[in-house]
Amino acid sequence: MAATQEEIVAGLADIVNEIAGIPVEDVQLDKSFTDDLDVDSLSMVEVVVAAEERFDVKIPDEDVKNLKTVGDATDYILKHQG
Amino acid sequence: MAKLKPSKGAPYARILGVGGYRPTRVVPNEVILEKIDSSDEWIRSRSGIETRHWANDEETVAAMSIEASGKAIADAGISAEQIGGVIVSTVSNFRQTPAVATEIADKLGTNKAAAFDISAGCAGFGYGLTLAKGMIVEGSAEYVLVIGVERLSDLTDLEDRATAFLFGDGAGAVVVGPSEEPHIGPTVWGSEGDKSETIKQTVPWNEYRVGDLDRLPLDSEGNVKFPAITQEGQAVFRWAVFEMAKVAQQALDAAGITPDDLDVFIPHQANERIIDSMVKTLKLPEHVTVARDVRTTGNTSAASIPLAMERLLATGEAKSGDTALVIGFGAGLVYAATVVTLP
Ligand SMILES: CC(C)(COP(=O)(O)OP(=O)(O)OC[C@H]1O[C@@H](n2cnc3c(N)ncnc32)[C@H](O)[C@@H]1OP(=O)(O)O)[C@@H](O)C(=O)NCCC(=O)NCCS
Repeated sequence: MAATQEEIVAGLADIVNEIAGIPVEDVQLDKSFTDDLDVDSLSMVEVVVAAEERFDVKIPDEDVKNLKTVGDATDYILKHQG
Repeated sequence: MAKLKPSKGAPYARILGVGGYRPTRVVPNEVILEKIDSSDEWIRSRSGIETRHWANDEETVAAMSIEASGKAIADAGISAEQIGGVIVSTVSNFRQTPAVATEIADKLGTNKAAAFDISAGCAGFGYGLTLAKGMIVEGSAEYVLVIGVERLSDLTDLEDRATAFLFGDGAGAVVVGPSEEPHIGPTVWGSEGDKSETIKQTVPWNEYRVGDLDRLPLDSEGNVKFPAITQEGQAVFRWAVFEMAKVAQQALDAAGITPDDLDVFIPHQANERIIDSMVKTLKLPEHVTVARDVRTTGNTSAASIPLAMERLLATGEAKSGDTALVIGFGAGLVYAATVVTLP
């Protein structure tokens, strides 16, 4: 069953917490991965792979660059989840 | 049809000795910053690299190999005449013919050992080790020298922010010989040529003969540059961390052991962030010693695993008889993973 926006944000919060150690409550739609959440471009690859597994989506490298904020990633997953 | 005598080899093979050579010139990140817009902090946080070694004119591929091999032969406690095979893995020896392995075999004082070069990028050590094991078990050589050697500084574009800080030079060698018990596990290896674009030499050499400036790399002043190794960093990172963790696990399974049985993990020293992520993905237990030679040696491609192995043994972080998982991966893309007992 497809995840809702709320579930995706919660899932991303878990993933970011696991990878970058950021408290889950700090992971909000308007937060930038690199500027606000201490996720650099290589950690972002780890976030993306974890999100792919969790939400059954494929996020190719060329799309990763466009996922600047948690909101960007959430919208992408909402649109592409299988 | 004549009946042929079967060849007779050893039951198994093992690594008997290891040696390394690092060029005398140590290059800190400050030197890299002269040509690219970056910072020491960025380089350390993205790659773990603090320094690397660059070879001088005397530190040729052959010279570095001979130094490393001499140490490996002494460590194995054999003499050069006993060596029946010399396998050299390199992508940075610029005279393609004859194979540099023949010069090395001669200068080391082997007795006309079979000698040849292979090209398997950063998986070269594992490819060479697998061939050596086959030669020993098949009976065509009693002792085989496997050398990984690179002068990647010659193939580095110092103006390329994605690679300028990454590469280093050096040679690592092991002596592989006969054993009554298996001490080199089954190799899990392969290639993914569909991803050949992700790490490659910018242009093939014959483009220089054609001389079409539109197809040759140019510097900021429009002068023709030497070719260099380029890569799609994030694609390589993703593949290395997630696909190679699966290969590493397969090598453990093939050897019939679990991560708990491991003492040491020696992945190709590509980037410390790849190493960190692989350790996490593989869920390696705390007691496993992880090679992090990349910090002071940079990425030396085929040389990185034997160099890291030599350093862990020299510092006492690992000891003879330890069980180690080694995995190489890189341009091709190619990979090779196996479990070995340390010499
Ligand atoms: C090379 C590598 C460290 C680059 O990291 P990356 O996160 O992919 O770098 P990107 O090109 O995506 O750039 C990310 C950011 O860092 C910046 N950047 C890139 N190179 C930089 C450098 N040398 N110094 C400072 N900043 C740099 C970029 O401008 C970008 O900034 P922006 O987000 O503000 O635009 C990394 O991709 C890597 O190591 N990959 C594996 C490569 C490897 O090990 N290969 C050998 C395998 S055998």
